[in-house]
Amino acid sequence: MSELDELYQEVILDHNKSPRNFREMANANRKAEGYNPLCGDHVTVFLRLEDGVIRDISFQGSGCAISKASASMMTAELKGKDEAAAQALFENVHQMLTGDAADDQLDSRVGKLRILSGVCKFPARVKCASLAWHTVHAALKGESQPATTE
Amino acid sequence: MLMKAVTQKNDPTMRQNKFDVTRIREDFPILKEKVHGKPLVYLDNGATSQKPQAVIDALNHYYSAENSNIHRGVHYLSEQATAAYEAARGKVREFLNARADKEIIFVRGTTEAINLVAQSYGRSFLNAGDEIIVSAMEHHSNIVPWQMLCEQVGAKLRVIPINHDGEIVMEEFRRLLGDKSKLVSVTHVSNALGTVVPVKEIVALAHQRGVPVLLDGAQAVPHLKVDVQDLGCDFYAFSGHKMFGPTGVGVLYGRAELLEKMPPYQGGGDMISLVTFEKTHYNVLPYKFEAGTPHIAGGIGLGAAIDYLAALDWHEVAAHEHRLLSYATAALSDIEGLRIIGTAKDKAGVLSFVFDHVHAHDVGTILDQEGVAVRAGHHCAMPVMQRFGVPATTRVSFAFYNTIEEIDVLVGAIRRVLKVFS
Repeated sequence: MSELDELYQEVILDHNKSPRNFREMANANRKAEGYNPLCGDHVTVFLRLEDGVIRDISFQGSGCAISKASASMMTAELKGKDEAAAQALFENVHQMLTGDAADDQLDSRVGKLRILSGVCKFPARVKCASLAWHTVHAALKGESQPATTE
Repeated sequence: MLMKAVTQKNDPTMRQNKFDVTRIREDFPILKEKVHGKPLVYLDNGATSQKPQAVIDALNHYYSAENSNIHRGVHYLSEQATAAYEAARGKVREFLNARADKEIIFVRGTTEAINLVAQSYGRSFLNAGDEIIVSAMEHHSNIVPWQMLCEQVGAKLRVIPINHDGEIVMEEFRRLLGDKSKLVSVTHVSNALGTVVPVKEIVALAHQRGVPVLLDGAQAVPHLKVDVQDLGCDFYAFSGHKMFGPTGVGVLYGRAELLEKMPPYQGGGDMISLVTFEKTHYNVLPYKFEAGTPHIAGGIGLGAAIDYLAALDWHEVAAHEHRLLSYATAALSDIEGLRIIGTAKDKAGVLSFVFDHVHAHDVGTILDQEGVAVRAGHHCAMPVMQRFGVPATTRVSFAFYNTIEEIDVLVGAIRRVLKVFS
């Protein structure tokens, strides 16, 4: 598979076309905005956190296929996870995107999200894929400043 | 040198080419490079242009044979370097048809030139309630320095709207011009849309009310012949690297009468004539505005770029660029779902477009895999993106060394984007 085919896999294109949990959440108790000043991509992540568990998660915003698909897959993965598990996944995904995670560990560390690992071959696009993750990280920490990829 | 976007794609003259682009390309060594195994198709000239061998040689020669500091050595090399640097200033004067060398200030680039005017002219002559007029299609570097000035002196920024084609609405400009107007600062050619702005008319209208005008010429000088006396502008700013010269050097042209009145922008060496702890006397123009050791090699390299451009037949260059823009406009218009942003009657060198279902970044990445370099994003002109209701565009920007064949490669690469996202 070419690097480009690896980047734009069917699953990623599908999440881009029909993003999951792409909505505002009226009863969210955590919310954070993420912003990539380099390209203007913008995402808002909504969370309903109960007893340290992510009961519901959604997002809105505009961005490229990679950022949208990454955000969509992220919401699907994080729903039902507790804060510690979400935090661990954030770290693992971040390492995968920057090419710092060994290939044979990806399954155990990020599961289905390994489909995004092709991004690390495109340095200019790493921030597209990590934007939503930085944003959910900020939401979990209850930060009021918009998250950025810088 | 204006180019008009036309869309008669079956025009048989479009493929005829009197201009010997093959020979021109030989002058630019980077154009032989391959990217991802494919021949480089460089269509990001609005971001920075490539450099002819003559410019690379000038830099090399300066560092190999002339390197020394200017305006201070009594030794041979310093005299050589000073002469070369000041000769470059003379070339810039001629390039812009300014009246005198002292009206040519070397700066780091367009951004620094505009900041210089904002901080020196603006802080001295603008007061609370005064108004600065810019257009809705400015680069951030012609917005933010004025916003900073507004915060400092209590002035207000007023914005001339643009129409749906990306042209300045002149009636609105006339309406905005008033007793409070103290400065007009507009782009000559829009970096995001390619619009050629009727700057001569803008200058004339502003001058009727005694309002000075700064023109941001960063995107104009690679495409148009600029004559500051004919335009009548008070300041003209441009960067070396977008007109085939080195990065890190640019020019502020200012009418001597205004520059004389303005205080220095930065303090330091070279900009003084006498320093004591009680009082410092500033140097004469242009040195008053050139504190510290300048980018000597850059200035000399810019001079070499101007020599290179002067040797070209600019009627042929303009005709060739017109052909590129017309051909590309027609070819891209044929692609289903593609929408061109910026459809002004007079355009130079830029073709911006969007797809409803494919983001510019994805377009940019896929084109890159085909060896095609374009810019994807907001082009440091976020208000333009907001005006057209798009988050980003893909921008194709030409130089005279581009070819019709390269546009065919671009079109093929865009078709691949659509295949990936079908």
